[in-house]
Amino acid sequence: MAQTFLFDALREAIDEEMARDQTVMVMGEDVGQYGGSYKVTKDLYEKYGELRVLDTPIAENSFTGMGIGAAMTGLRPIIEGMNMGFLLLAFNQISNNAGMLRYTSGGNFKIPVVIRGPGGVGSQLGAEHSQRLEAYFQAVPGLKIVACSTPRNAKGLLKAAIRDDNPVLFFEHVLLYFNKEDLPDDEYILPLDKAEMVRPGKDVTILTYSRMRYHVMKAVESLEQKGYDPEVIDLISLKPIDYETIGESIRKTHRVIIVEECMRTGGIAAEIIASINDRFFDELDGPVIRMSSQDIPTPYNKGLEDLTIVQPAQIEEAVEKIMQGRL
Amino acid sequence: MVQERPLPTFQASESQVTRDEGHLIYEDMVLGRYFEDKCAELYQRGKVKGFVHLYNGQEAVCSGVVKAMRADDYVCSTYRDHVHALSAGVSARAVMAELFGKETGCSKGRGGSMHMFSKEHNMLGGFAFIGEGIPVALGAAFQTRYRHDAMGDTSADQVTAAFFGDGTTNNGQFFECLNMAALWKLPILFVVENNKWAIGMAHERASSQAEIYKKASVFGMPGYEVDGMNVLAVREAAKTAVERARAGEGPTLLECLTYRYRGHSVADPDELRPVDEKKFWRDRDPIKRFEAYLLEQDLSTAADLKAIRDKITDVVEDALTFAEESPDPNPADLYKYIFAED
Repeated sequence: MAQTFLFDALREAIDEEMARDQTVMVMGEDVGQYGGSYKVTKDLYEKYGELRVLDTPIAENSFTGMGIGAAMTGLRPIIEGMNMGFLLLAFNQISNNAGMLRYTSGGNFKIPVVIRGPGGVGSQLGAEHSQRLEAYFQAVPGLKIVACSTPRNAKGLLKAAIRDDNPVLFFEHVLLYFNKEDLPDDEYILPLDKAEMVRPGKDVTILTYSRMRYHVMKAVESLEQKGYDPEVIDLISLKPIDYETIGESIRKTHRVIIVEECMRTGGIAAEIIASINDRFFDELDGPVIRMSSQDIPTPYNKGLEDLTIVQPAQIEEAVEKIMQGRL
Repeated sequence: MVQERPLPTFQASESQVTRDEGHLIYEDMVLGRYFEDKCAELYQRGKVKGFVHLYNGQEAVCSGVVKAMRADDYVCSTYRDHVHALSAGVSARAVMAELFGKETGCSKGRGGSMHMFSKEHNMLGGFAFIGEGIPVALGAAFQTRYRHDAMGDTSADQVTAAFFGDGTTNNGQFFECLNMAALWKLPILFVVENNKWAIGMAHERASSQAEIYKKASVFGMPGYEVDGMNVLAVREAAKTAVERARAGEGPTLLECLTYRYRGHSVADPDELRPVDEKKFWRDRDPIKRFEAYLLEQDLSTAADLKAIRDKITDVVEDALTFAEESPDPNPADLYKYIFAED
């Protein structure tokens, strides 16, 4: 069968879920007639009509709140952030109402919304369009946070997110939409709370997610040639974190490197390190190494942008050092 | 005497209420008033904690709108939400128990004064930040239209009422939601309870166009200025708006001119509002006014009305006893309700 682009895998997931359940609908900026700025909703407007694929005005906080109200009353909206950075404008609705309202209401309402769209550092898009938001949302109670990384997991995870009764923040990466691979012919769903074993190994556990998975695997190509055998785990779920899979790996390798695109301060890695210390400290041979992007607004200049995020050569060097006991 | 914006005139003869309707509305207003009086007392005695915003004086707005709606319609409120919850059908016991933080409260003691919710009564909340409830109410209204038009459910004709104050009308969510509601002809009432003050900020000092109802016209939506101290005036305006919404003709903005008798919250020293202003509005007390109407029209007798007041006194006392005797949430349930599976 033909290979499927990641953006098309997402589109298939939405299409299949809309066909299966009439309460599933999409809303956001340019999702309808325009087909989505990354074509994730291409042709769905024609197929399902203007209410089920709703073009909204540019009013992020209000249309996000509207999606939440629709979810409270029985629909399953998929809210697209044209760029996930724009969702900073909807932070109140995402935090107070998507995340917290179920608890605050004493369980009166459930909020089955998916809030999805392109995030991450793009290619010279400048600071505002190259945000690393996942950590900002990580502390909000009641949210699930997922980061897809391949066409296969993008489709299976998005279908699961749509069916989930909780609010799910679903991060796609702006530079991964054109990745392609063969997808299974049969319908499949992937669990939202399970990490993905990308490469089993015995030397060192590398935890990563989203686009950094590819930087890690690039480093792994060289490391393999040098005789190293790293284990690579794609976290997939950034909340809750799959500590079962992480724990199994640490008991095997006793060394951990976390590679993230998120900023260093208050990042996803910072949280994971604290939890690894709580749970698996006695299994560690040394401190967990954290490789994050720099604590700066993403610069426009290509050279500075490259310096901002973790590069494969740095990962390679970190693995060599940790294996030689120099880290 | 402060210069007051003239209240719009309303001919009571335009209104038709039956004896039963009149008693229902009266009882609802008295419940709102007595319940809030009890809250004030309980707060002073240290029984009720947190920020508590009381509704005294504004009863005609809530009763006038909600009692013109159906039980399966949706109500969305703000931090000043006790009375909207009561009118929507949430029991005085469940609202009082919520104020006491008890497991039997309508939000299981997790919400408190500003977060009254009841799925059973389509009470969408209790939203404590300014304006954030309006998009949620819009979503409920969208859902009704969606069920009707996208899912072919011809029985989906519920109407949503979003209540909020004058201060909210300077917030972006107000304008954004008016735009979307008009654009998609959603079945929603935007009910502005203009009580003149956003805590200590006088409305005219905050809004370049103080006449809020006029803001509807730029969205191609009807906007009405309503005497919010006259429950019949509110009811008539609400009935028109509800009919329009239910018929699929879209939203309406109601600006109800009203006044809160107490400070912004029970913690507010209330030093800025002039004494003669307070008197001007208290002289128009909506409950006394409706009492007089019911008697004049021979819809009721003094004995009938007293019986209702006595009944409500008992309802509030019963709610207090219930709340005091109810259990606190189980500490083992601290994490319950975070996720849908809990």
